[in-house]
Amino acid sequence: MSEITPDTVRHLASLARILVTDAEVEKLAGELAVIVDSVAKVNQAVSKDVVATSHPIPMANVFREDVVRPSLSQSQALSAAPDSAEGRFRVAAILDEE
Amino acid sequence: MAKDNLLSYEAALEQFEVVIGLEVHVELNTKTKMFCGCANEFGSEPNTNVCPVCLGLPGSLPAVNKKAVESSMAIGLALGCKIAPTGRFARKNYFYPDLSKNFQTSQYDEPIAYDGEITIELDSGESFVVQIERAHMEEDAGKLTHVGGATGRIQGAEYSLVDYNRAGVPLVEIVTRPVFGAGDKAPELAAAYVRAIRDIVKSMDVSDAKMERGNVRCDANVSLRKKGAEKLGTRTETKNVNSLRSIENAVRYEIQRQAYILSQGGTITQETRHWHEDRGYTSAGRPKSDADDYRYFPEPDLVPVQPDIAWIESIRSALPENPAARRKRLQSAWGFSELEFRDVVNSDLLDQVEATVAAGASPQAARKWWTGELARVANASEIEISALQITPEQVAAIQKLIDAGDLTDRMAREVVAGVLAGEGEPAAVIEKRGLKVVTDEGALIAAIDEALAKQPDVLEKIREGKVQAAGAVIGAVMQAMKGQADAARVRELILERANS
Repeated sequence: MSEITPDTVRHLASLARILVTDAEVEKLAGELAVIVDSVAKVNQAVSKDVVATSHPIPMANVFREDVVRPSLSQSQALSAAPDSAEGRFRVAAILDEE
Repeated sequence: MAKDNLLSYEAALEQFEVVIGLEVHVELNTKTKMFCGCANEFGSEPNTNVCPVCLGLPGSLPAVNKKAVESSMAIGLALGCKIAPTGRFARKNYFYPDLSKNFQTSQYDEPIAYDGEITIELDSGESFVVQIERAHMEEDAGKLTHVGGATGRIQGAEYSLVDYNRAGVPLVEIVTRPVFGAGDKAPELAAAYVRAIRDIVKSMDVSDAKMERGNVRCDANVSLRKKGAEKLGTRTETKNVNSLRSIENAVRYEIQRQAYILSQGGTITQETRHWHEDRGYTSAGRPKSDADDYRYFPEPDLVPVQPDIAWIESIRSALPENPAARRKRLQSAWGFSELEFRDVVNSDLLDQVEATVAAGASPQAARKWWTGELARVANASEIEISALQITPEQVAAIQKLIDAGDLTDRMAREVVAGVLAGEGEPAAVIEKRGLKVVTDEGALIAAIDEALAKQPDVLEKIREGKVQAAGAVIGAVMQAMKGQADAARVRELILERANS
């Protein structure tokens, strides 16, 4: 069984910007361990003959020519934004990264 | 903000070995973005070069720009890199509103180019080999404007405004291996390296390469270790130092700041730092995340890039001459002094001078036009010299007329002014403005006679050896000829007269 510590859960929660209570941390640690073990079964299928794949269809070199296509208008672009100002998306100031 | 304690630069270098590493981001000048057909254009109205792909709207799918891949390979090849038989895109996951997808499409363990090197020559002539670990493709992020708060900076901001025009613009990130042994030259080397990258991508025309617009940006890693120590010290990464001068100053500052801390028995925190050019210091940013925190994984919406040999070699064969090699070649071909040559290079006039020489002007004459009169005019009209409406061929044509004695220097400047004013080719300007050297010796002699009549003692003075006395007569003749006489010929005629 994989070991998922409470600290790992807190770290994941912080990366995902999810607030978790201590009780949830305990519960999630157990659940995540089960999930990780289940997914790890995939490793049994990987061998010299079966390599990991990132794409279901073996193909490469799919390109687009460098030709400009119409963009959205500013009002279209902002139409689904919760908030906007001065032609731009308005978001909360986030302080810990720049 | 309080400045850090610094150890003197000399003391720092006495105790520590400096190790630097540089990450340079080059914005490509493709017509469209990396993964969508939106225009890659600087200065558009906010959020007008955006679409569902670069806004990260659900259900949209990226499509790779072939030209951007070719430019990336070209940069790799120009830096002596190998091109990977398989390159893959990866998601770099993070939450920040500069990219609305919550990840940046980048490359991780399979970059398009790796294992290169570039030789950097400093002004002193000393050269260093900088190893390139990798060059990979990724997309730029949107531009945030922080609003509110006293300083307009992020500290104290009330909210931020996002423009996604830049989101998805193709970038190539070039990463060096740690550079050892530069010693006190480390700051200069860092700046010279970035200048070399800028020159290369500019010569290849894969980027606009304007640092002031952020087309070329540098993150500088600095660490120190006690002299003789094996283990590398903890490094800091100073972000987005965006001029050559800033790079040099920021690296120097970090050396002195870290040296002070270490010399006091302290430890360096691994973190990003921000360079403040106005006051010349770095300040702590966020602690450096572990690579794992970005949870890179292969981008499932994009297939690998697998360039075949023919494609790679066609790009390699189209590479222009390396700018440093070109400079060496031209300097020796033109026979300029170090100072003259540097003047041309620093004024960004190599192309113009080269084309003017190719069109038939002597190197010295070509240099004088571009770094002299034309630079003066551009400066006076506050435009880039490259924006002047005159071609190297026209400059060469005008110079040829001077060499043939058909134009005086003064008249040539007038022809240049006419060309710049849109009056047409030099020949048309000459015709229109009636600029022609008076070659009619009879007219010159008549004017000389007239001037001598007013200054009868000049001939006597010349005979006594005071040749400079001719100057007053030359001036009078040139005035009478409205400047359209060859002053040297006038002088000859006066001296002949005195000695006859």
